[in-house]
Amino acid sequence: MITPTLVHFLIVGALLFTLGFICVLTRRNAVGILMGVELILNAANVNFVAFNHYVAGGLAGQMFGVFVIVLAAAEAAVGLAIVVSIYQTFRSIDVTDVDLMRE
Amino acid sequence: MDNVLSLRFFGPQLVLTVAATLLFLIDLAARNHPRRVAVLSGFTLFSLAVAGVLTATMPSETRLLFGGLLGHDKLAVFFDFLFLAAAALTVLLCIPSRKEIVSARLGEFYALLLILVLGLYLMAGATDLLTAYLGIEIVSLMSYVLAGFRTGDRKSNEASLKYVVYGGVASGVMLYGMSILYGLFGTTHLVGVGSIASQMTGMTSSLFAARVFEGQAAAELSLIVAVIFMTAGVGYKIASVPFHMWCPDVYEGAPTPFTAFLSVGPKAAGFAIAIRIFMSVFTGHGVTDVPWPAVVGVLSAVTMTLGNFSALGQTNLKRMLAYSSIAHAGYILMGLAAANALGVESVMLYLVIYLVMNVGAFLCVIIVAESAGSESILAYRGLAARAPLVAIGFAIFLFALTGLPPFAGFIGKYYLFAAIVQKGGFWYAWLAIIGIVNSAVSLYYYARIVRAMFLEEAPPATSLTTPRLYSTMLVALALPTLLLIVYWTPVTAWAHASFANLAG
Repeated sequence: MITPTLVHFLIVGALLFTLGFICVLTRRNAVGILMGVELILNAANVNFVAFNHYVAGGLAGQMFGVFVIVLAAAEAAVGLAIVVSIYQTFRSIDVTDVDLMRE
Repeated sequence: MDNVLSLRFFGPQLVLTVAATLLFLIDLAARNHPRRVAVLSGFTLFSLAVAGVLTATMPSETRLLFGGLLGHDKLAVFFDFLFLAAAALTVLLCIPSRKEIVSARLGEFYALLLILVLGLYLMAGATDLLTAYLGIEIVSLMSYVLAGFRTGDRKSNEASLKYVVYGGVASGVMLYGMSILYGLFGTTHLVGVGSIASQMTGMTSSLFAARVFEGQAAAELSLIVAVIFMTAGVGYKIASVPFHMWCPDVYEGAPTPFTAFLSVGPKAAGFAIAIRIFMSVFTGHGVTDVPWPAVVGVLSAVTMTLGNFSALGQTNLKRMLAYSSIAHAGYILMGLAAANALGVESVMLYLVIYLVMNVGAFLCVIIVAESAGSESILAYRGLAARAPLVAIGFAIFLFALTGLPPFAGFIGKYYLFAAIVQKGGFWYAWLAIIGIVNSAVSLYYYARIVRAMFLEEAPPATSLTTPRLYSTMLVALALPTLLLIVYWTPVTAWAHASFANLAG
């Protein structure tokens, strides 16, 4: 049986980050893009907690993690509210439809 | 310094928090008040003034607050005044406006604006990764909402969606960079005892690698990646290439008073973080072999070139000013590329001048848009005949933005160029040449507006009324634009004193 070490957590974090980034770049649905952003934030969170456990000790990393969870929730709330408002004016949440200003 | 003692230095932030909360209540209580706009604006201006007085009367000593999370020093105070001035001007821009923000939602707008200023305070004082992230996120979240404040307006909604997507990704990437940095050094403190800065001082590459990971190359690479990722967050706040894509759309779609605020407040805060973190932590102590000032120099050159050349073809004034603000981020980055005290002082001087002239330019855009209902350059034809004061004021602000001699923009640019020319060397000379060529290019699109105002015929049956508050503001902003060219030493002396003694 493999004991999980720092490297394993970092690989999970890096994978989450990459998947989140790919999600943001390829999705056309606004909610999908916001999910990608959440993945990126959680990737950083995995890193913080893993580094806190294996490298730094103390509480700073876990504290950071808690703050990030709160801010991610706030960002999701604002983001989804904006998506609702977009749906009300554009009748679509496809980001390629929401493109009036490009010249 | 412990938490209770720190509260003495946290007064302005507390005032802003309480005022924002009260404003929601006053908004409800004054729902049907006959002088609703005056009550709400008056209270907002009053709380900004109280925060200003508290900021001014705080002891000028340099302290680390809340166990090293926040720094209190003159640099933070300098930027705090800049934010308060920008917020107060934004409130004044809202008062006579009939089209930008409906009075039913004005209280909400002001409350969110005050919270935004609180976030800017945190950004300017951040001495820890946590407060830097917290400040940037508070500012971002409020900006997303305020950019899309005109519900039902398609452009405004589109602006806020684009902002939330770009902003979310940029701050996420920055957070990932911060997590790597935390792993490398085992602390989130940027300055102070045992902090990242103190660990980087005197640390050679081999020492650094031995302390962190097995391989030196891996450790150095992860440090470089962390710094680049953090640049994404800061670069997006100051709208520098390659994180500028949100800027034109958000500026065009957002309510114009907020666009004016966005172009000076968060941009200045981004530079405050850049000065504090990048100048005092990363460029000061070299662990890696990457020449960071050269990287900033390249960013600066690309940013100003792209901003200016994209602005050339724009016909919407707000969009043109958005590209112009990208170009100005490029000019200001020149000061950071110099990576010395003179460079930082020139950045701070330029930010003050930029505040005055850019808010002035947006003021003129609002005045015309209120009467003509359009931000197109066509609405400016013959403005000199219809409203001479506005036309002359706008011409002053535009020439100041170009950096022509009789106006304040010139002295700002002079200091930026002086900072890099003084550094000497082949690459700095090239950066200065690129900057000068860019200023010449920018004259083309600024002068196009001036030509429309003074030389072209007005379309028939158009009139323009200027509310008295706007005329007063126009004069009040035009005066410093003219006076700073002969009397700028107080500002540079203030900037010099501010950068001399950083918290840490």
